[in-house]
Amino acid sequence: MLAMTAENPKLSAASKRIVNDFTIEIATVNGSGSQTSNLILTKSLFRMGIPVGPKNVFPSNIAGLPTWYFIRVNARGYVGRKREVDILVALNPTTFAQDVPRIKPGGVIIYESDFPLVGSAKREDVVYYPVPFASLAAKHISDFKLKKPLTNMIYVGVVAEILGIEDAQIEAAIRHQLRGKEKAVKVNLDAIAVGRNYAKENLKKQDPYYVERMNKTAGKVLIEGNAAAAMGCLYGGCTVAAWYPITPASSLTENVVDLFEEYRRDEKGKNKYAVIQAEDELAALGVALGAGWAGARSMTATSGPGISLMAEFAGFGYYAEIPTVIFDVQRSGPSTGLPTRTAQGDIQFVATLSHGDTKHVMLIPATVEECFEFSMAAFDLAERLQTPVFVMSELDLGMNLWMTDAFKYPEKPYDRGKVLSAEDIKRLGNFERYRDVDGDGITYRTYPGNPHPLAAYFTRGSGHSEAAAYTEDGVTYQRNLDRISKKFETARGLVPKPVEDTVAGAKIGIIAYGTTDQVMVEARDILGARGVKTNYLRLRAYPWDQKTIREFFKKCQKVFVVEQNRDAQMAQMLKLEIEPDEIKKVHSVLHYSGFPMPTDVVVSGVLEKAQEYAEQPVPASGTEWGE
Amino acid sequence: MENNISKPTQTNRLGLTLEPYKGAQSTLCTGCGHDTITRHITTAFYEYGVQPHKVAKMSGIGCSSKTPAYFLGKSCGFNSVHGRMPSVATGAKVANRELLVLGVSGDGDTASIGLGQFCHLIRRNLSMMYIIENNGVYGLTKGQFSATADVGSKQKGGTTNSYDTIDCAGIAIELGCSFVARSFSGDAKQMVPLLKAAIAHKGMALLDVISPCVTFNNHEGSTKSYTYVQKSDKPVHGIDFVPFYEEIHVDYPEGTTQKVDLPDGSHLFLKKLGQDYDPTNRIKALEALGRAREDGTLLTGLLYINSAKKDYHETEAVGDIPLYRLTEKDLRPSKEAFKQMLERYA
Repeated sequence: MLAMTAENPKLSAASKRIVNDFTIEIATVNGSGSQTSNLILTKSLFRMGIPVGPKNVFPSNIAGLPTWYFIRVNARGYVGRKREVDILVALNPTTFAQDVPRIKPGGVIIYESDFPLVGSAKREDVVYYPVPFASLAAKHISDFKLKKPLTNMIYVGVVAEILGIEDAQIEAAIRHQLRGKEKAVKVNLDAIAVGRNYAKENLKKQDPYYVERMNKTAGKVLIEGNAAAAMGCLYGGCTVAAWYPITPASSLTENVVDLFEEYRRDEKGKNKYAVIQAEDELAALGVALGAGWAGARSMTATSGPGISLMAEFAGFGYYAEIPTVIFDVQRSGPSTGLPTRTAQGDIQFVATLSHGDTKHVMLIPATVEECFEFSMAAFDLAERLQTPVFVMSELDLGMNLWMTDAFKYPEKPYDRGKVLSAEDIKRLGNFERYRDVDGDGITYRTYPGNPHPLAAYFTRGSGHSEAAAYTEDGVTYQRNLDRISKKFETARGLVPKPVEDTVAGAKIGIIAYGTTDQVMVEARDILGARGVKTNYLRLRAYPWDQKTIREFFKKCQKVFVVEQNRDAQMAQMLKLEIEPDEIKKVHSVLHYSGFPMPTDVVVSGVLEKAQEYAEQPVPASGTEWGE
Repeated sequence: MENNISKPTQTNRLGLTLEPYKGAQSTLCTGCGHDTITRHITTAFYEYGVQPHKVAKMSGIGCSSKTPAYFLGKSCGFNSVHGRMPSVATGAKVANRELLVLGVSGDGDTASIGLGQFCHLIRRNLSMMYIIENNGVYGLTKGQFSATADVGSKQKGGTTNSYDTIDCAGIAIELGCSFVARSFSGDAKQMVPLLKAAIAHKGMALLDVISPCVTFNNHEGSTKSYTYVQKSDKPVHGIDFVPFYEEIHVDYPEGTTQKVDLPDGSHLFLKKLGQDYDPTNRIKALEALGRAREDGTLLTGLLYINSAKKDYHETEAVGDIPLYRLTEKDLRPSKEAFKQMLERYA
């Protein structure tokens, strides 16, 4: 590398190497095809055995608006969001002046050399690596159509050279990504070489950031939550999928469709599934309920606005007791809100979705592995409990890649719940659809088409008796509602239990759920280093196991409920179920900018109200995007 | 199955009496057109010899949507939410293709709150029967106009409807529905064969049946009253249905009858009445409906049929074994496949 930029005396960093611990931000224009380049960078690092946590922050737009991609590289495996950015790759002229000031002092700015270093873009405390991306592309890429995407491959080469990413891993990542497309592999590798050679010949390494091979990703995969949930649908025995396109849930059903097409053909080439793209989300849930009623395992996937439309059918499914699985990949609301940004804002709404007395079972995955596992579990639970089961995912979990150990092949047989065949009814001599025979609130059902003359029953959303007959009798109505409530109590013992990690001597408790968990190991380590020991409880379902929650509160003097919504929705729900004198222990740490939960928000949020437990002073909080 | 029943006086081809085709006592107003349709359904399913347990009765909300409780008491039923029966019916039929899905809806349920679902159900050409019990008013909420009320028709209190009617049969033909009929609840001779033809049809069979509301829309000035409908009813043909299990022994003079073959091997004989009407011509069917609207007449009969159109299951190549019956063995890809799937994310 040659000296292109003058040595900056303010930067002493070059002397102290920072290895496998930094965040890269890539600022591009939406629609420019940077997605593949970012993926290749991520996967090359991953293939070097280094833990990575990528996040795509994209606009609600097809082309033209700014988009950012963050790759957190961390040797210890902290792959949750960190707000400090070390390295900027700036290819978007419109955001350049906002992107540069966000970079940490001592950080790196790799930028299109045409961009003027004026105003806020001009700093003394960072390393600038100017690269003439446009003219390199003009000179080396002849195919006009490929110019844009391949310009992005040039930055892969530049970043690789600066950080020391191995060529072999880049090539392996590209070959894997473009399986079988030899020509495409070559042009991409050529473009990367253009970037690497330019950096080699023209840039002098002045920054402290390096990558070095590790062995922390062996046996792991990088997968989006939506793809993992789709695998869960495939293995969970789903045969009917109904949906209406909506970000960030579309890719869940699209993955289901791809998997079905590949793995669900019978010997005659016919489909062992049906996918219906419905006219809206309400119809999608109608289809899913119709299928669930007729005995098929069915699902639909949506986000907040779709959930709002589904309210009517959600209540019907609850009251008529029909199994189905509803994925809510949550995004920022209310209304259209920030449709491409993440949130945990539907928790309260979904818990009681629909009018009248309704309460729904929710499974809350925090990892891609749980997206897979809970997706399968949801089909079992829906049929066991005969009710719609919601899987509460989030945009951050569903649409971003997460590292995980390879999933375990499911061996457990399906739990199809309490279903009577014609022979069963003959043996029993009787069948009443809504009679609680076993005392767990869950009654027996038959599938339509059962030939026994007593098997048929009438399903309705209006008042009904144990024998499924229409009734307006108040006593019967109330008895039925109470029985359905009992079923909800039964659910407490069937859903995934909270995960608890208690530490000897800890007086502070943290409760979280969903993606917030991804920053919790790091946040608790930082808090621990400051003398604040914490107990941690992660909720994985609603209704939860009350005993565990109550005992957790007993162990703690203060309990911080960390959530990604404005109104502390889960904390409110918890307050309804803990002992009244424990309510004062509840504090909330909230983050709802649409960006994923960052570690420092948890740390400062806890320290702010737990100073008496800290040995060191409270650090300054990080800044949020746009501030 | 029939051990405890005394020797039946009359049975259908399955050896069943009329009893299992009947339902609970109706709670609708005495003289309601819907109750007459209920009787026609009972008759048609009995005479055709449909296995009651194979039928799924689907409905939305409203007077009409209550009626599935009043027929086919040995069949399962699903009284869903207002205007959303089509989606539930779709789910049920794709889950179990062996079900004979019978949807019953009203004019409010179909033409207002459910218009979207109605249109999209037609697009799918799902094999099912869809009966609109059409009386032009909301009965259960006491007589407000529905969207199928004709311009100029009078409400009981004297208010005149100012808005154009939504013609569900016309919309259905326009959207490519493969079987569209219109009838009058009082016309058993027309309705029963139409219902049997709908059972025999593959794809969606729509029957828009004018069914007067005796309480809220049977007065002078209403275009959906018994008197008005009887006066304006103009059948496009006479109808005979010959089921697949019977020999054709009718003998019509040449040129007087059109024979329509149905997918299950049954046949319809459409006898000419005055003018020519070809129900296999979609453009002409729409033209005839348009002209009737101008004339203020009610065209009834089989308005359009296309027996060759692919139904949903054919279009989507859904397997022959009903989906609900598939097990882990059919549905869980192998360990090897699982490994391959994950390899993509390495």
